[in-house]
Amino acid sequence: MATQDPAQGDTVLRLSGITKRFGALTANDGISFALARGEVVALLGENGAGKTTLMNILFGHYTADEGSVEVFGQPLPPGQPGAALAAGVGMVHQHFTLADNMTVLENILLGTEPLWRPRLGRPAARRRVRALARDFGLAVRPDARVGTLSVGERQRVEILKALYRDARILILDEPTAVLTPQEAEALFLTLRKMVAQGLSVIFISHKLHEVMAIASRVLVLRHGRLVGETATATTTRHALATMMVGAEIAAPAAAKARPGNVLLRLEGVSTAPQGSRPGLRDVDLSLRAGQILGLAGVSGNGQGALADLLSGLETPVSGELRIAGKAPAAWSPREALAARIGRIPEDRHRTGTIADFSLTENAVLESYAHAPASRRGWMDWRAARRDAEAIIAKYDVRCPGPETRIRLLSGGNMQKLILGRVLEAAPRIILANQPVRGLDIGAVTYVQKQLIAARDGGAAVLLISEDLDEILTLSDVIRVISDGRLSLEFARGEKTPAELGQWMAGQGFDHAA
Amino acid sequence: MRLEPIPAPGPARTLGLPALAIAATVAVAALLAALAGANPLQTFGLIVKGAAGSRFAMLETLNRATPLIFTGLAVAVAFRAKLWNIGAEAQLYAGALVTVVIGTQLGLPGPLAIPLMALGAILAGALMLLGPVLLKTRLGVDEVVTTLLLNFIMALFISWLLEGPLKDPMGMGWPKSPALPRDARLPRIVEGLRLHWGFAMALICAAGVWLIQTRTTLGYEIRAVGQNPQAARFAGIPVGRVLVKTALLSGGLAALAGFSEVAGLKGNLTSDLSPGFGYTGIVVAMLALLHPLGVVVSALFVAGIFVGADSMSRAAEVPTYIADILLAAALLFMVLAILLTRFRLVRG
Repeated sequence: MATQDPAQGDTVLRLSGITKRFGALTANDGISFALARGEVVALLGENGAGKTTLMNILFGHYTADEGSVEVFGQPLPPGQPGAALAAGVGMVHQHFTLADNMTVLENILLGTEPLWRPRLGRPAARRRVRALARDFGLAVRPDARVGTLSVGERQRVEILKALYRDARILILDEPTAVLTPQEAEALFLTLRKMVAQGLSVIFISHKLHEVMAIASRVLVLRHGRLVGETATATTTRHALATMMVGAEIAAPAAAKARPGNVLLRLEGVSTAPQGSRPGLRDVDLSLRAGQILGLAGVSGNGQGALADLLSGLETPVSGELRIAGKAPAAWSPREALAARIGRIPEDRHRTGTIADFSLTENAVLESYAHAPASRRGWMDWRAARRDAEAIIAKYDVRCPGPETRIRLLSGGNMQKLILGRVLEAAPRIILANQPVRGLDIGAVTYVQKQLIAARDGGAAVLLISEDLDEILTLSDVIRVISDGRLSLEFARGEKTPAELGQWMAGQGFDHAA
Repeated sequence: MRLEPIPAPGPARTLGLPALAIAATVAVAALLAALAGANPLQTFGLIVKGAAGSRFAMLETLNRATPLIFTGLAVAVAFRAKLWNIGAEAQLYAGALVTVVIGTQLGLPGPLAIPLMALGAILAGALMLLGPVLLKTRLGVDEVVTTLLLNFIMALFISWLLEGPLKDPMGMGWPKSPALPRDARLPRIVEGLRLHWGFAMALICAAGVWLIQTRTTLGYEIRAVGQNPQAARFAGIPVGRVLVKTALLSGGLAALAGFSEVAGLKGNLTSDLSPGFGYTGIVVAMLALLHPLGVVVSALFVAGIFVGADSMSRAAEVPTYIADILLAAALLFMVLAILLTRFRLVRG
């Protein structure tokens, strides 16, 4: 059991007074903590709380404005990832850094072999990788090409990569975001084995139940400050949540749905795969008025294909898309908008907005081609600005004004503008793809309430999310997507999270297909 | 050393750095003039005097700026959509060629010939860029390569025409086309002064491009496609069609440079009609930060340097190459200044 401040000899890592500013934003504000040998410390905080910035400083990707890092009693020179690696710090990023066209073994050895006769040590290296994999329960085939591996397997390769370089401190940045509940369990088993052998782990997450399950000590970050430090044994989920957001959380209470007609129907639709992204495989789907259909699934299982299809970016190779019973003659984003499909895209920075455009210009992105934003090819900027001002006021977008470039807004305010743009067009069908990812809890509640309100107003909502809790909270009916196939439709409360997890892992589809 | 983005650069950066770039350019030129054995201050004085020291000098600068405004606008329009049109030179020659063919072969009266020549030139330049842009949108062929190579194809094609079918039989064997009849040439703005209506056309085009970019849906579409094609496509903007329209506009503008040089100044087509106006247009557009009204200013600046350096080198012992170096330095420092307004250099 770890204490608040580990004894001097046991301290493997010490951060002292780390401060990092980006312009006016202070991402880390005087953060100090120590990590002991053989413990898992969770770094808990909402998106934007400064967790990733702190770890990037520790790993040398950023240089802190103030403060210092000590590893095993030695000060770490700032801004050098090589120094962190050499000192025994390993990091598994949210987005993996593997070469798809190389084998597992080659990926692990990359950068560790001498340029002169690089393959000399291969047999010994292979033995070592096998031993590490066995000791820590990281089952992978050393000669498999990384491009053929599942996301869970790739994560194991990343961990092996760090272990092979003798990492004694492992940083995991949101490791479970891409895993099924079952895969997450396996990861936790591995972490426990590592801790038992004296390694130390920093586990970054914003999921409370995981933090409670794996960590012995929790550090809570809020707005760049360390606001709490507590042992998991002496705290509760509820207390952590309150510490994390600084206030009690009120989950949106959904009134009972009153489903109406089918507004959109897919019949046996398949789409072409794109690169490593699977296409849809013979999908049947009905979206009803006044109902939220939650689509659960592990990232990269065809959610992108379905979202692109409903957005108008993709057309089916086979099967049929029907809107209010009719198959559209042509299909493009413009046709989707004309069919009154409101689209909240997954990536609000790259797909949903144009960073250097003003709020006004972004507000009319989908409606610029017709009145009131334009007339006969001439923009009416005064009308466009009125639209933007209406959205800013109604959806509580915090900004200096409608002429501000949208890149200067926080993710939550950006998302509110997109939400306003979508909802003000009075859509009949709403595609909400990861609508609250990366938002702070206030914005999350707000966006979710608006989606429920739209449903109550008679819209058919398709909610795509990788966060099972979000799906369970908001959905009236749930379907699971795995490798481009859709599960049967489950009513709210019909399946437990564990059962849904099995579907997410691809079990149960054989008899359905 | 690394670059870190600056979320909201202040006025110290957005105004101070370009000013610093100009200062650095002047410093480099002064150093070179000193190396050539001349007094830098005197050299600059002579350049300014040569570019704007007399009515003749000023008119010469305005004449030289005219084709640069057209090609600068062509580049600025295309680059705004991230359509890398490096082929303004070829489009200029296409415009000049059609101007000469319509003006000398159809035998139309002047008031009919001049508008027809201009329209024909615009069409020819637009078509020159249509091919590369269709290859880009349909097959993903890089337009930098296709538009650049078309410059050489066009140059060779013009040489061949001037040695063959278009050769002036009265030209004493020189490779040049027959001259336009008197009434098919652009009149001077003020009788007796050597400045033709092409310059006024260029100013009108600059204002027109500015109106298109800021006030029309097409301008909005062009900017959206340039800044973020993925978001533009998602929002229902027909990205391919917008790129085609941009190309037609850009090619047409570049071709007007050829039209105005032939019909306003030279009267015939030669293979040295353009001393690289198409390429210099890229410099003009970049110095103007792609702003259409800024293009007018930067074209005047660039033309002034060329005209001034010519006259300076006659008076002082400094080669005219200093003009090219000045421009190159100005461009490099300006690009660096733009980069440093948006990014900060960080050690480690």
